[in-house]
Amino acid sequence: MPHTEEDIQAMLERIGVNSIDELYSDVPQEVIFKEEYDIPSSMSEIELRKHFEDLGKKNRKLTVFAGGGVYDHYSPSTVAHLLQRSEFYTAYTPYQPEISQGTLQYIFEYQSIISELTGMEATNASMYDGATSTAEAVFMMVASAKKKNRVLLSDTLPERVINVVRTYSKYHGVEITVIAEKNGVTDFEAIKNELEKGDVAGVVVATPNKYGIIEDYSGYADEIHSKKGLFCIYADPSALAVLKTPAEWGADIACGDGQSLGMPLNFGGPYLGFISCVKGMLRKMPGRVVGVTKDADGKRAFVLTLQAREQHIRREKATSNICSNQSLMALYATIYVALMGKQGMKEINVRACDGAHYLYDALIATGKFQPAFPGEPFLKEFVVKTDMNIEELNKRLLENGIMGGLDLGDGRLQFAVTEKRTKEEIDNLISLIIA
Amino acid sequence: MSKILDDLRYADSHEWVKLEGDIATIGITDYAQHALGSIVYVDMPEEGDEVTAGEEFGAVESVKAASDLISPVSGEVVEINSALEDSPELVNEDAFSNWIMKVKVSDPSEIDALLDAAAYAKICEE
Amino acid sequence: MKYYDKLIFELSRPGRKGYELPENNYGNDAFSALPADLLRKDNAELPEVSELDVVRHYTNLSNKNFGVDTGFYPLGSCTMKYNPKINEELSGLSEFTAIHPLQDEKSIQGALELYYNLQKALANIAGLYEFTLNPYAGAHGELTGLMVMRAYHLANGDSKRTKVIVPNSAHGTNPASAMVAGLEVVEVKSKPNGSIDVEDLKPLLDDTIAGIMMTNPNTLGMFETEIMEIAKLVHEAGGLLYYDGANLNPLLGKVRPGDMGFDIMHINLHKTFSTPHGGGGPGSGPVGVVEKLAKFLPNPKVKKNEDGTFSIISDDESLGSISSFLGNFGVMMRAYAYILTLGKENIRNVGPLATLNANYIKESLKDDYLLPIDGVCKHEFVFDGLKDKSTHVTTLNVAKRLLDYGFHAPTIYFPLLFHESMMIEPTETESRETLDEFIEVMHKIAKEAKENPEVVIEAPVTTLVRKLDETGAAKNPILTYRQYKKETEQA
Repeated sequence: MPHTEEDIQAMLERIGVNSIDELYSDVPQEVIFKEEYDIPSSMSEIELRKHFEDLGKKNRKLTVFAGGGVYDHYSPSTVAHLLQRSEFYTAYTPYQPEISQGTLQYIFEYQSIISELTGMEATNASMYDGATSTAEAVFMMVASAKKKNRVLLSDTLPERVINVVRTYSKYHGVEITVIAEKNGVTDFEAIKNELEKGDVAGVVVATPNKYGIIEDYSGYADEIHSKKGLFCIYADPSALAVLKTPAEWGADIACGDGQSLGMPLNFGGPYLGFISCVKGMLRKMPGRVVGVTKDADGKRAFVLTLQAREQHIRREKATSNICSNQSLMALYATIYVALMGKQGMKEINVRACDGAHYLYDALIATGKFQPAFPGEPFLKEFVVKTDMNIEELNKRLLENGIMGGLDLGDGRLQFAVTEKRTKEEIDNLISLIIA
Repeated sequence: MSKILDDLRYADSHEWVKLEGDIATIGITDYAQHALGSIVYVDMPEEGDEVTAGEEFGAVESVKAASDLISPVSGEVVEINSALEDSPELVNEDAFSNWIMKVKVSDPSEIDALLDAAAYAKICEE
Repeated sequence: MKYYDKLIFELSRPGRKGYELPENNYGNDAFSALPADLLRKDNAELPEVSELDVVRHYTNLSNKNFGVDTGFYPLGSCTMKYNPKINEELSGLSEFTAIHPLQDEKSIQGALELYYNLQKALANIAGLYEFTLNPYAGAHGELTGLMVMRAYHLANGDSKRTKVIVPNSAHGTNPASAMVAGLEVVEVKSKPNGSIDVEDLKPLLDDTIAGIMMTNPNTLGMFETEIMEIAKLVHEAGGLLYYDGANLNPLLGKVRPGDMGFDIMHINLHKTFSTPHGGGGPGSGPVGVVEKLAKFLPNPKVKKNEDGTFSIISDDESLGSISSFLGNFGVMMRAYAYILTLGKENIRNVGPLATLNANYIKESLKDDYLLPIDGVCKHEFVFDGLKDKSTHVTTLNVAKRLLDYGFHAPTIYFPLLFHESMMIEPTETESRETLDEFIEVMHKIAKEAKENPEVVIEAPVTTLVRKLDETGAAKNPILTYRQYKKETEQA
């Protein structure tokens, strides 16, 4: 706060009051806060840095062998450097396009990249996270279906996603039916039975699913569309560089969490949610969208478009209440994918897949683990069963600086391997497990 | 001053209706297209949908505004003006010849409750 | 400088690479063994560029942007204050960025302590009992707060309270959040000064009302002087008061929302607590509540144990979860650093100096711009366009002309109470010299409007791109490079 005493006096004079307090003369005295705040005294940068470093020491950076929707991918140094351009991070939403072409263009590039990954024609400028983007996708389906108000969720969607969709739906008034899984995959027969009832607005499934299994969704789109329902796939965008895309499966909407696009673990956020759809659903899609246009001199330029769907214009008739999104993380994803490129995005998936299978085979070879879902194909994440005491095992791994597999209960343990893990790290993990 | 045609009936939410037999042709008025500015999208119902008098059946969008379309009559949508899908600006060019939907009305007497040209002109002046 | 006009895709050359991976020594070819019908047929058409291509491209793009670090950003209702650099650095400490949200609690005590400390500090600053930091943005906070409101009534068996009162001057997110939360919006009229019309409010207060959403100061920057009366009326009717924290800045150090009778509120950390707006996000929208509502706050929650350690818990009575994990943690770190830098002493000055700056601009410009509501404002105020209406120069024209002079425009055409709204919020971090420059330019534009209106109407002329064809963009939305390429090749 830059004002000198002299500035303040001169400004008060211009305003025609004697004190700053006078500017609050309209505030009832009874609500003026006169006590001392219960927060620490002002810290200098030196003290602040020390405080943060002290807090940081109470966290432990680990060698991560877990996923659960958050993957320890490697991000080239360039991404974080470029993200520090303060022309990007200190800007507001690009409502003045003439001086926001930087933001508008990277959002357009982001939309293009996510659309390439999902195979869909349109993508918005980002949502908060994968779970909330799924909730919004569910609302999109209900809004499109007009009179139908029930949505089916496969139980093989990540648990956190299902929980958030349930919360949103409960208050919004959408009926959710979770279709129980069958041996780790979606129960298509159960979905068909529910579709027969004729009140289903849409179906949401996951690729890969919560266990890491790459499910086969052949026949889903036709079945769902024949019952006038919509089909949404929750996807890991990094994996979509190699996996069959939501568009190829015939989905109408794709959504998911952008964390896997190189984002730091960040203790749960910020990441980003993405949502893509086929052209016909464009106007039901929530959030900001950037389009190409021309300026008065005919130069190519970018602009927020389709704004009439949004809350600042449509108020309670808007498709969603979203305003702020995760724009800077969309820039993160864009720069990351640009660096990795067409080849790199494939290569990291190949590497993670080979590494995950190497770990899987090694675990089975110890004799202490069995496949939880024999024969089901997986990319970078998988589940094994064991008689070992998982809590005790993970405690031991933690002591050795390793985040072991996620404990799914019933003796099931879920591991993830990214391109960042090495063969040596995996060999070390195995030797600690059998020790 | 916007155009108002004498032989049509009007809703105070700025839709016009022309009833021929039991088929009502419905669009938005010249006044409404003027107030909205350049129309970029018309959200229309589907053929076969049921509409209810006084309830919304779609929306018209300009760049910075959107307005709900309120059906002046009840009945079944028998036709929509598909030309507006690709060329919504037609509504700006001539709001009366570029209708939005045709409805087979279930209760023709609903028309009587609508405004005539003179009464609608008064609303537009306010 | 040469005008840069390339998309990252247009720099692409087949086979070019911007990354390097270590050698694959697993030797199992597991990927090749995956069933082909589960893999995509065609490659995603992603850019193939070098590292230097990427660095130059995005550096060039950043040069096409205007941020708070570029210049004055008087965007009303958005609180574009300076974002201290130390906060950026501390939030990037790898001890925080490299921890997985599902790590064992023992290995994330520092992160949980930070979350807890910030939660406590916000509760004290707001005069409320407990905060959740999980909501990702202001609108997400509104939605969460309204869910708390509904959860409370439902827990009381009061299922018919399905309406929420929202002033017609409210931010657009308020009615939209109510819609998402399944509440019906009932509008209450504003008086000419933007305050809630208490007489209009009274008949609305029946047993179907879940509560009221309001902000104070209101969207015109005026303090709602009848707030205690409004709180009493709403509470007597069995409703709850929701405070939209978008306008919290002028109250910082002066008034606590909890002390005005509010039961629930959200805070935009990216406004009041100086975290950067990031070109539209990530933000953070913590929600605070009074004690009786604390149990309804979303899961997961962070609790302090008796032994001084911290745990992540789930509460059965909670409204459920609204986020994957504990929200935008990186944003919280910046806000926490900001609060510690201010400390209990300097936080006292934030609201008062923001208010001083706003009144200074208002009083300096009211001869040239139409001030519909006279009297002291708080952190922001609204002009209804130029005072001289004979020039036909609109608020949009003035806004665009400001860009020519190197300032960001104010918020325009909001609130909807006036035709030519121009909402100016300077924040406390701007110096008198900056405000004087802005005032001078605003006078200059008013003069231009009288003497040479064309230059204002034609604006902007000095920006990298000029007026854009927004109608064309909306009529034929081109939203991806693939589509752009196809359409330009056809043309």
